[in-house]
Formats: sequence, C-alpha cells, structure tokens
Amino acid sequence: MAQAVVHVEGQQHPIKLYLWVWGWLFILSACSYLVDYFHFQGYLRWSLILLFMIIKAGLIVGVFMHMAWERLALVYAILVPPVAVLVFLAIMVFESDYTLLTRLTFFGAGP
Amino acid sequence: MAQAAVSDNTGDVRARPAGWAGVAADWSSDQRAFKEVPWGKAMMWVFLLSDTFIFSCFLLSYMTVRMSTTVPWPNPSEVFALTIAGTSVPLILIAIMTFILISSSGTMAMAVNFAYRRDRVKAALLMLATAAFGATFVGMQAFEWTKLIREGVRPWGNPWGAPQFGSSFFMITGFHGTHVTIGVIFLLVIARKVWRGDFDRGTRGFFTSRRGNYEAVEIMGLYWHFVDLVWVFIFALFYLW
Repeated sequence: MAQAVVHVEGQQHPIKLYLWVWGWLFILSACSYLVDYFHFQGYLRWSLILLFMIIKAGLIVGVFMHMAWERLALVYAILVPPVAVLVFLAIMVFESDYTLLTRLTFFGAGP
Repeated sequence: MAQAAVSDNTGDVRARPAGWAGVAADWSSDQRAFKEVPWGKAMMWVFLLSDTFIFSCFLLSYMTVRMSTTVPWPNPSEVFALTIAGTSVPLILIAIMTFILISSSGTMAMAVNFAYRRDRVKAALLMLATAAFGATFVGMQAFEWTKLIREGVRPWGNPWGAPQFGSSFFMITGFHGTHVTIGVIFLLVIARKVWRGDFDRGTRGFFTSRRGNYEAVEIMGLYWHFVDLVWVFIFALFYLW
C-alpha cells in the first residue's frame, strides 16, 4: 500500500493548490450570485444554492483547513457530530409546520 | 492491512494502521488520540466544532421562524440591493463581501504555507493582507447595518414583511461580524509575533510564558477559514434562499 506522507513540520502543500481552490471558490460564489441575479425560483433555486454551498464548504474544510490530509481519527471526531444538527433540523421542520398550521387555523388566512 | 507512517509527539515516526483500523487503533489504549496534530490544533478544532453548533442553532431558529410565519418574508434580493449609477443591482454588497472574505481565506492559506517554510516576512505580510480584508468586510457590514437601520429595520419589525426578519438578521450577521472582528485582532497579534521572529527564537509568550512555534499560524488559519465557512452558509441560507 502507498505510504502516507509524513508531516513532521506541519502541512506542506504547493501554493498552486491554494490558488486553484481560491479560483474555484470565486467561480462557485459567482454561480450562486447568478442564481439570484437570474431569478431562478423554487426547487431549482434551492438545489443550486445548496449544491454550491456544499462544494464551497467542502473545499474550505478539505483543502484550506487541511482536513483532507488528517488522520481519520480526527476527521471523524470533528465531522461526524454535526450530523446531529441534521436531526435537529428535521425536528424543527415538523415543529414549524405545526406552528404554521395552528396559526392558520386560529388566526385566519396567511400567504 | 494498510499502514501509514505517523509521527508522534516526540518526533518518532512509526508505522500505524490507516483507515478504519487506524481510527480504532488511535482511540484505544491510553494514548494521544490525535496523531500528527499538535494539541493546540486539536483544541482549536474542538472549539470550532462547538462554534458550529452555535451557528447551527442560529440558522435553525431562523429557519423555524421563517417557516412558521404567516406574514410574507421580505425578499433579501431587494432588501440588500444597492443603487449604483441609477440602476438597482440586487444583492451586490453581499456578493462583494463574499468575494472579499474568500480572498482573505486565500491569503491566509498561503500565509500558513510560508510560515511553515520559515519565510516569516511573506507570512506576516499575507497575514496583514488577511486582516485588511477582514477589516474591510466588517466595515461593509457596518455600512449594511446602518443602511438597514435607517430604512427602519428593527429586531421587532421592518417595513416589508415578517418582523422576525430583523431579529434573525441582526443576530446571525452580528454574531458572525463579532467573529470576524476577533479574528482580525487575533491575526494582528500573531502577525506581529511572526514579523519579529518570535517563533524562530522561541520567545516566551506574554500571557502564557510558553515558547510558541509556527503551528500558531496554522491554528490562527483554522479559525479564520471557519469564519469564511460560516459565511458560506449564511450567504446561501439567509441572503440567497
């Protein structure tokens, strides 16, 4: 098996890699701005926004924060706990739907 | 089994299992769980994880009020539009702020690189550039707040729709702006140490009396990239949604 690179003195990567990621972050930000500029609506808008957001977050965490080169013991310790946020998100979606329903029922018509 | 050469705290390099077997091996039997990571960096990661939960709670509460209100949500595209040369450009200030923060992340990543190469002048200059970008960002945010407050946005109401818009906006961007401000101060402190060569000479720190090293720059970088990361989520979920 290939041996992983030893980083005795911190992480060393070519500057070119950072510039490349920087460029992609610019392109992806411009893309998400254009989603708004061209007034995409509905599921197309939301899925594009989330797609660009996730790719940008991945590039920042993976390359700029060097997560791609860390041992799995650290990667999982940091990246797995935020999954709990998704559970919380699901709970709050149900909660807010219920709140909206009661408001519409008792306070009359909304949007 | 896949093996990887891993250096421990004492500088010894020895073969350790990689992949899932490595996760089990690193966490078991009374040892440092995070190999190849200085303790300061591991602690910064743990802090950032807790900060992730704070910002997640803000964004989730924003989602909850926006989903449950019967009053239409103000259109961010129009609220954050600027009139430039007679035409209204939607969301332009926020787009510029996004590009500025991304650029600051780029210069920070390069600063970390030069710091580990012991090129302290370049590292310090890049950190100063990062701080300048950060200060510009905070300045633009102050401009945006002023503009919205003049237009009548308050935490309890605004002229365009759901009153929760104001409280979500001030809470989320205010907390993020505070993080950027602290980051700028943190950057200036570390940049000064790098510039003077404290990390080359092993000068003892003012508060801790410990000898610092260039890992401090990478730890600083982690914090700064996290601030940029949070902005990615705020930009997508608050401004564009």
